[in-house]
Amino acid sequence: MAKRKLVEIAHARSGDKGDTANVGIIALRPEYYPALVREVTAARVKKHFKGVCLGEVERFELPNLGALNFLLHESLDGGGTLALKADPQGKTYSTALLRMEIEVDPL
Amino acid sequence: MIRIANGQGFWGDSLEAPVEQVRRGPLDYLTLDYLAEITMSILQKQRSRDPKTGYARDFVEMIARVLPDLVERRIRVIANAGGVNPAACRDAVLEIAKRQGIEIKVATVAGDDIMARLNDFLARGVELKNMETGEPLSTIRAQVQSANVYFGAFPVVEALAKGAQIVITGRVTDTGLALAPMIHEFGWKADDWDRLAAGTIAGHTIECGAQCTGGNCQVDWQTIPDMADVGYPIIEAEPDGTFVITKHAGTGGRVTVASVKEQLLYEMGDPHQYITPDCIADFTTIQLAQAGPDRVRFTGIRGRPATEFYKVSISYSAGFKAIGSMVYAWPDAYKKARAADGILRQRLDRLGLRFDAIRTEFLGANACHGIPAGEPTPEIEPHLAEVVMRIGVRSSDRAAVDRFTKELAPLALNGPPVVTGLGGGRPRVEEIVAYWPALIPKREVTPEVTVWPNES
Repeated sequence: MAKRKLVEIAHARSGDKGDTANVGIIALRPEYYPALVREVTAARVKKHFKGVCLGEVERFELPNLGALNFLLHESLDGGGTLALKADPQGKTYSTALLRMEIEVDPL
Repeated sequence: MIRIANGQGFWGDSLEAPVEQVRRGPLDYLTLDYLAEITMSILQKQRSRDPKTGYARDFVEMIARVLPDLVERRIRVIANAGGVNPAACRDAVLEIAKRQGIEIKVATVAGDDIMARLNDFLARGVELKNMETGEPLSTIRAQVQSANVYFGAFPVVEALAKGAQIVITGRVTDTGLALAPMIHEFGWKADDWDRLAAGTIAGHTIECGAQCTGGNCQVDWQTIPDMADVGYPIIEAEPDGTFVITKHAGTGGRVTVASVKEQLLYEMGDPHQYITPDCIADFTTIQLAQAGPDRVRFTGIRGRPATEFYKVSISYSAGFKAIGSMVYAWPDAYKKARAADGILRQRLDRLGLRFDAIRTEFLGANACHGIPAGEPTPEIEPHLAEVVMRIGVRSSDRAAVDRFTKELAPLALNGPPVVTGLGGGRPRVEEIVAYWPALIPKREVTPEVTVWPNES
């Protein structure tokens, strides 16, 4: 096993629904997907966004797209127009998640 | 096969994109999305001041530019540009047509505006509870500024069947704008859930304009060609529910499985159930394949029956906020910005100002990613060329927010050194218009489809 930053093996896009941010991550190659499923759990994502995501993290699998979708509840300072954040819609949370380091099989 | 284009991903998107979509290649339908949740309240305010406003003026100006092309090439246009006043938008378009000596049929889809009926609904026990918090609407009833039902594709289909070349809607879903021509052209039935789901996913893919054709795309972004001339997306839809996402030949940007996947995940909730007024689409059934340069084919999409509810978008006044910033320069830019924040907060305390929220972020250090980014390392931190201290406050007390806006500028002379960025003057106090999502039984509202100048 080797440590890799997610940004080396996945790409991502994020958006918002009210105070919930969604972060979708997509394996850059199909063979990376099992490692994403195994390593990037809802619990790890919650820990990664500690202090940002104040609610629950939900995870959904999209094996057909080699992707995982995360819902980060209570993550946008109230959301939309209420938020005082520079990024009130969580548009940059995509690459915030790609900072995570995970264990992958040697490639 | 029919070609359905998106020429506007949101109100504020490129003014040239819809014109280019019409002129740069073959097209049957042009769809345009103008309405974000917040837009409706702005339009509602405009209309209350002038009954001839309350719609997307950009749309009318765009039509004025391309109307002869639309007529000559029989391209039909579907836009939710009507905002809270589709009739006024239609009149403006008809006026343009008259001035250009062109005869054209324009339809409106209205009936989505339920602002005037809210008390009636509440009295009859339609609670319009907040979908996220479960609170009843009565808690914010007095602050409501707009209330609109999201209609789906079918009222637009009715308008197309009545012969309209331009369909102007109020609050219709983004996906419905693109799905409607498929239903109309291919005769899809209202319970053909797989095809409706396919058309819905096609609509979702193009609804954010160039965000599926290379815009905001992370994969190999530096090599995406000619982004200055980025092509906006086009659906090549087939009667069996399969489709290709592409763009006009000769335009910039890039359509790949990767660029499309990113858009598919944008604002995604539970991918098994993407709920629209028309159906429930299952994103886990999508099969993608690169079908040539700048062509991605979608197959295999499955759907399930629509729910008995429409979503309602309600906006309400939720207090005030102001956000301001100061720019601190090297050396020790980050330390200075942090010190300034500390000083400012002490002064706000001494003034006895109370806020519902106060938040400081440091642009250039870690504002976007916050805690996952961590603090700048000791090696980097002293060398940061500049750091922006960005501070915002929120309160139901306008006077407190207003007072805050006057405490920022003095820091330039009475705070930490080497600071700039005050060119814009004091920050503006903004009224916060917040968003209240709710559901309403479909039987409570009926879309109103009208064709002008006359019904055929």
